[in-house]
Amino acid sequence: MPKEINDDDIQNITENIDELEITAVSTQQSTPLVKTGSNPLRVILDGFMGKVVKAMTIFSLLLLVLIIIGLVLKSIPVLKDNPLSTLLFSSQWSPFKGEFGFLPFILSTVYVTLIAAVIAIPLSLFTAIYLSEYANKRFLKYAAPMLDILGGIPSVIYGIWGVLLIVPFVRDDFSAWLGVDSVSGYSILSGGVVLAVMVFPVVVQIVYEVLKTVPHELREATLSLGATKWETIKKVVIKRASPGIIAACILGFSRAFGETIAVLMVVGNVVQIPKGIFDEGYPIPALIANNYGEMMSIPMYDSALMFAALILLVIVLVFNVYARWVLNRIEKSIK
Amino acid sequence: MTSSTIKSHISIKDLNMHYGKNHALKNISINIPDKKLTAIIGPSGCGKTTLLKTFNRLIENVDGTNITGEVLVDGENIYGKNADVTNIRKKMGLLNQRPTPLPMSIYDNIAFGMSIHGIKQKGVLNEKVEHFLRVASLWDEVKDRLHSPAARLSIGQQQRLCLARGLAVEPEIILGDEPTSALDPISTKHIEQKFVELKEQYTIVMVTHILRQARRIADYVIFMYLGEIIEHGPTEMVLGNPQHQLTKDYVGGAIS
Amino acid sequence: MKKRKIEELIFNIIMRVSAFIIFGSLIAISATILIKGVPAMNLDMITKTPSGGFFLGKEGGILNAIIGSFYLSVGATIFALMICIPVVIYINVYASENSKIVHYTRLSLDILYGIPSIVFGAFGFVLMLFLGMHVSLLAGMITVGLLIIPIIARTMDEVMRQVPVELKEASYSLGATKWETASKVLLKQALPGLATASLLGLGRAIGDAASVMFTTGFTDNIPHSLQDPAATLPLAIFFQLSSPIAEVRDRAYAAALILTVIIFAISLISRILIKRFSKNTL
Repeated sequence: MPKEINDDDIQNITENIDELEITAVSTQQSTPLVKTGSNPLRVILDGFMGKVVKAMTIFSLLLLVLIIIGLVLKSIPVLKDNPLSTLLFSSQWSPFKGEFGFLPFILSTVYVTLIAAVIAIPLSLFTAIYLSEYANKRFLKYAAPMLDILGGIPSVIYGIWGVLLIVPFVRDDFSAWLGVDSVSGYSILSGGVVLAVMVFPVVVQIVYEVLKTVPHELREATLSLGATKWETIKKVVIKRASPGIIAACILGFSRAFGETIAVLMVVGNVVQIPKGIFDEGYPIPALIANNYGEMMSIPMYDSALMFAALILLVIVLVFNVYARWVLNRIEKSIK
Repeated sequence: MTSSTIKSHISIKDLNMHYGKNHALKNISINIPDKKLTAIIGPSGCGKTTLLKTFNRLIENVDGTNITGEVLVDGENIYGKNADVTNIRKKMGLLNQRPTPLPMSIYDNIAFGMSIHGIKQKGVLNEKVEHFLRVASLWDEVKDRLHSPAARLSIGQQQRLCLARGLAVEPEIILGDEPTSALDPISTKHIEQKFVELKEQYTIVMVTHILRQARRIADYVIFMYLGEIIEHGPTEMVLGNPQHQLTKDYVGGAIS
Repeated sequence: MKKRKIEELIFNIIMRVSAFIIFGSLIAISATILIKGVPAMNLDMITKTPSGGFFLGKEGGILNAIIGSFYLSVGATIFALMICIPVVIYINVYASENSKIVHYTRLSLDILYGIPSIVFGAFGFVLMLFLGMHVSLLAGMITVGLLIIPIIARTMDEVMRQVPVELKEASYSLGATKWETASKVLLKQALPGLATASLLGLGRAIGDAASVMFTTGFTDNIPHSLQDPAATLPLAIFFQLSSPIAEVRDRAYAAALILTVIIFAISLISRILIKRFSKNTL
C-alpha cells in the first residue's frame, strides 16, 4: 500500500513550501544586490495559478462522474417505465409501442467483439512476438511507423474497406467455402473481421512495447540453459510479460466494444439475435448512431438511446476495473 | 606458452567480430585449459564480455554482429554449419552480472532446464532439484519455500540459484560474466568458494574487472585490451611478472 | 531433440503468417482507398461546396466538409488544451508525486480514454440540451474536445514525466516559483512532445464520426459562426457511401482519400517532431 496521504496534507505541504519560498525571497530582499526577488506579485501569481490548475484537474476528475450522471438522468424515464430485467433480457423491440428490449443489441455487441477477439488476439500476439524477437531491424524500420499511422486511420475508412472487400468476400468466397447459401455478406462476421483489423495496430504496438521491457539477461539466461528461442519465448518471455499482454488485449477490446461507424457499415443492422456468424446483427453503438435523428420524435426513444449509451459505458467501466484487478494480482504473484 | 602441454577444452582460432563498423574482437586465438579456472581481465570496453558470449553464441542475438573464425568446443566448431546451438549452450552454464531468476518458483527455476531437455518424471526432478540446490549451498535456506517465487530471494541467494540452475542442465563449462559484481562481500565469498570447488569437475571461464579476484581464484589469466588479447598464461606469470607494457600498466594500476 | 526443433519451426511459420496477414490487411486498406479514391478525385472536390442535386450525382465538392472538419478539430483541440495543460502542470508540478489526487486523475484519464466516442456523443447531446444549445459547431467542439482530453492529457503527462527532475530542481534552486518553473522551464523543455500530443488529439478529432453526429449536424454550407451546424469529413463519407447512386459513392471514395491524406500528413508531422524531440533530450 502506498503511503496514506490525504488532500489536506498535500494542501498543508504545498502551503508550507510556499511559505518557505516566501522566506527565501525575503532574505534576498535584505541583501541590496538582489533587486528582482522583492516582487511579491510572482508569489501571488504562483498561488493563483496553482488554484487554477487544481480546479482544472478537479474538473477532469469530475468529467467521468458528469458523464455517468448525465446519462443516468436521461435514462431514468425509460427505467421508470420498464423493469431493468426487461430492458436487459427481453428481445421485444418496438419503440412505437414503448417496448424496449435490448437483448438483441447487447448480444450483437458481444458476438461481434468476441469474433474480433478470436481473430485479432492470436494474430496480434504472434506478430508482436515476431517483431520483438525475430524480425530484423530493416523490417522493423518500416513496420513500426506503419502500425503507428494505421492506428490513427479513422474508423470510417476501415468501414469503407469492409464494405468493399470484406462484405463481398464473406458473401461470395467464405460462405461458399463453408457451404452456406444465400447470405448478404453484411453480418456479425464482417463486423468482427473489420473490428479485428482495427485493433491490430493497437494490440500489436502495446504487446511489442511490453515484450521489449523484458530484460535481455533473462533471455540470455534461458538460452544458455540450452532452450531454443521459441522455448525461451513461450516459457519465460511471455510469462514475464503477461500482465502487460493482458492489459493490451483488454485495452484493445474495450475500444472495440464501442466502435461505431466501421461496424455499423458492415454488420447489417437487423434487430435480431444472431444465430450464426453469417446473420446480421445490430450492436448498441450502431443502434444509437442510426436512430439519433428520430429520437426526439418517438416518446421515450431518446431516453432508451441514452440508456443504451449508459450500458456501453458500464460495460467499458467493468472491463477497466477488471483489467486493473487482473494486473494487480499478476504483478503480486510474480514479485 | 606453457598451455600447449595442457589439454584444452575450448580453442579459438582467428576469431574476429565486427559490430557494425566497430572491430570488437581482433584475431583472437587461444586455448582455454580443461578443468581450470580461467579469468579474462582488462579495462571496461575491451571486449571481455563479448569474447565470453561468443563461446555460447549468445553474441549473435545482438543485431549487426558479424563473426568469422572458429571456436572449437571438444573439437567441434560451434560456428560450423551443422552445429546445434541449443546443444552448445546446454554444455555451458552462464552466470550474468546480475542474477536473472526466471519468473517462476525456486523449484521451477531449477527444473526448467531439465524439463526442456526431456526429464519429466517428478521423482527424478525432485531429486535433482535438491541435489543441485545443495551443490550451490542453497538447499538449507530454501527447502521450506521451494514453491515461492524466485524473485523473493536475496540477491546473493538469487545468484546461487542461477548457478544451481546452470549446473542442473549438466554442462561441462561454466561461463561467468562478472558474476559477483552485484553481490555483497559475503555472497561474493560464497560464489568464489563454489567456483574453486567446481573447477575440479568443470572448465570455468569468468570475466572479472577485479584483479585481486583473479589472483585469488584463477589458474589462468587472459588480459585483453581494445579487442585484442595482449597476454595470457598462468596467473602467477601474467599478474606476477607481466611481459607486455600494457599488462604492466594495467596490473600496476596505470590503466583501468 | 527433433520435436523441439519442429515446434520452433512451426511457430516461426505461424508468426510469419500472422505478421503477413496483419501487415497485408493494413496495406490492403491503404491500397483500396488509393485505387478507389484516385480516379474519383478532381479539383471540384476540394474547391466547391455541394450544389443542387449533389447527392444525386450532380456537380459540386465537399469543401463544406473539409472546412467544417478543420474548424471543428482545431476548435476542439484548443478547448482540450485549455484543460489538459493545467491538468498536466498540476499533476507534475504542484501536487506531490504520490498524492491521491494525482493517482485518481491519471486513473480517470485512463478510463476516459477507453470510453467509446459514441458515448461521448450521447453525453455531448445531453450536455447540449442541458445548456439550451442547438446542433452547432460550438457544441461539436465541446463534445470532441472532451473526447480528446484523455488522449492529449495522458500523452502530455508521459512527456512531462520524462523531463529530468534535475531540471525542475535547478529551476527551484534559482528561486523560481512553481508557476515559473512550470511555464518557463518545463513547458518549454517539453514543447515538441506537447505539440505531438496535440497533433495526436487533432488527428483523432478530424477522424471521429460517432461523437459529432449528435452535436454538429450536417449542412451543405460552410459554417460562418460557432452557432451554425457544420459538415465533417467522416460524416460526408458515411452519408455518400450509403447512396445508391454510383457517382455519389465515388465521391465518398475521393473524400476518404482526402481524409486519409490529412491523417497521414498529421502523423508525418508528429513523427518529425518526435525525432527532433528525442534529439533535444539526448
